[in-house]
Amino acid sequence: MSINFRTPLSRVKGLGSAKEGTEHFWLQRLTAIALIPLVLWLAFSVASLPSMDYLAIREWLSQPFSAIVMILFMTAGFYHSRLGLQVVIEDYIGSHGPRTAAIIAVNFIAVAMGVTGVFSVLRIALAA
Amino acid sequence: MAEFSLPANSIVNTKGQHFPAPEGATNTKRFKIYRFDPDSGENPRVDTFDVDVENCGPMILDAIIKIKSDIDSTLTFRRSCREGICGSCAMNIDGANGLACTTSIADIEGDITIYPLPHQPIIKDLVSDLTNFYAQYASIEPWLKSDTPTPAGKERLQSPEDREKLDGAYECILCACCSTSCPSYWWNPDRYLGPAALLASYRWLVDSRDDATGERLDELEDPFKLYRCHTIMNCAQVCPKGLNPAKAIAETKKMLVKRRL
Repeated sequence: MSINFRTPLSRVKGLGSAKEGTEHFWLQRLTAIALIPLVLWLAFSVASLPSMDYLAIREWLSQPFSAIVMILFMTAGFYHSRLGLQVVIEDYIGSHGPRTAAIIAVNFIAVAMGVTGVFSVLRIALAA
Repeated sequence: MAEFSLPANSIVNTKGQHFPAPEGATNTKRFKIYRFDPDSGENPRVDTFDVDVENCGPMILDAIIKIKSDIDSTLTFRRSCREGICGSCAMNIDGANGLACTTSIADIEGDITIYPLPHQPIIKDLVSDLTNFYAQYASIEPWLKSDTPTPAGKERLQSPEDREKLDGAYECILCACCSTSCPSYWWNPDRYLGPAALLASYRWLVDSRDDATGERLDELEDPFKLYRCHTIMNCAQVCPKGLNPAKAIAETKKMLVKRRL
């Protein structure tokens, strides 16, 4: 291994500030606040369903209010988890290649699951 | 990936040498001290010293100095002021970072384990290499920056209220107890500035005489430099000066949000 003659200060400064991170920080808190009422709504709604069978849930989700709030819940939830998982990846995956690959995967999976969820609700809500 | 296994040459041999207490010692305390000599080519080991605490000062540093003077002169550590202001004798004592000179032997029950500050390269025994830590401190440019010329023949004035904002931020002695106790710093030491440098940075962010606040925030706004802090709070837990770097970091994040809302 060749000797690294870069000064410690040069190594610490690295590529400089990315000038971002506050957006990520802010949106994570924003979605967290949004998820408080949304999770409570979901918990109460599911708890107050007459039964847990397919028809009852389908009936519940076909109401416009339920469908809208469910879509809000899934959008905020998947976005929040995407942001949170990125932080976990940045913490624990040290090298650039695997880190970037994991962040790409999380983004793709979060969007795919979100779109699937929203499409499912819309299909139920608009099928009537 | 994260390193879950240690390199073979870093595994600590817990059965090092044992130095029994002198005969006739009535009150002894057992010290288990990390030893590493890079020139020997051997793995680190833990040596056991039974110290006669009746004939020793009350602090951990007193015991270590006694060991070096009376038992094993090859034991290597940093120390200077012995009163908690220089920050030289920061080490991992009984599982928590602290200053050897302000930690009392009597406050620790059972055997006392002493390791160097965690997750830093080791130069020898309890002396860790803090080059990266100091470079991070230098990188936040810890000096007054102002485009306003110094008032002729006068100091830059500051109100008592503005001066109070520096309390809890200026007292840092750069002992590195906080940064080396922070898991986020362990995982990303090359990119996360760590609690000490960020507390120092905050000290200049809230200084009413400094007018580079915006530029300082620009430099900090980075997923790694600043946002690795997840308020784990080890920094505040171990700070021998009772400071709270995590709060300073949270205030810095609030400043960054405030300037865009």
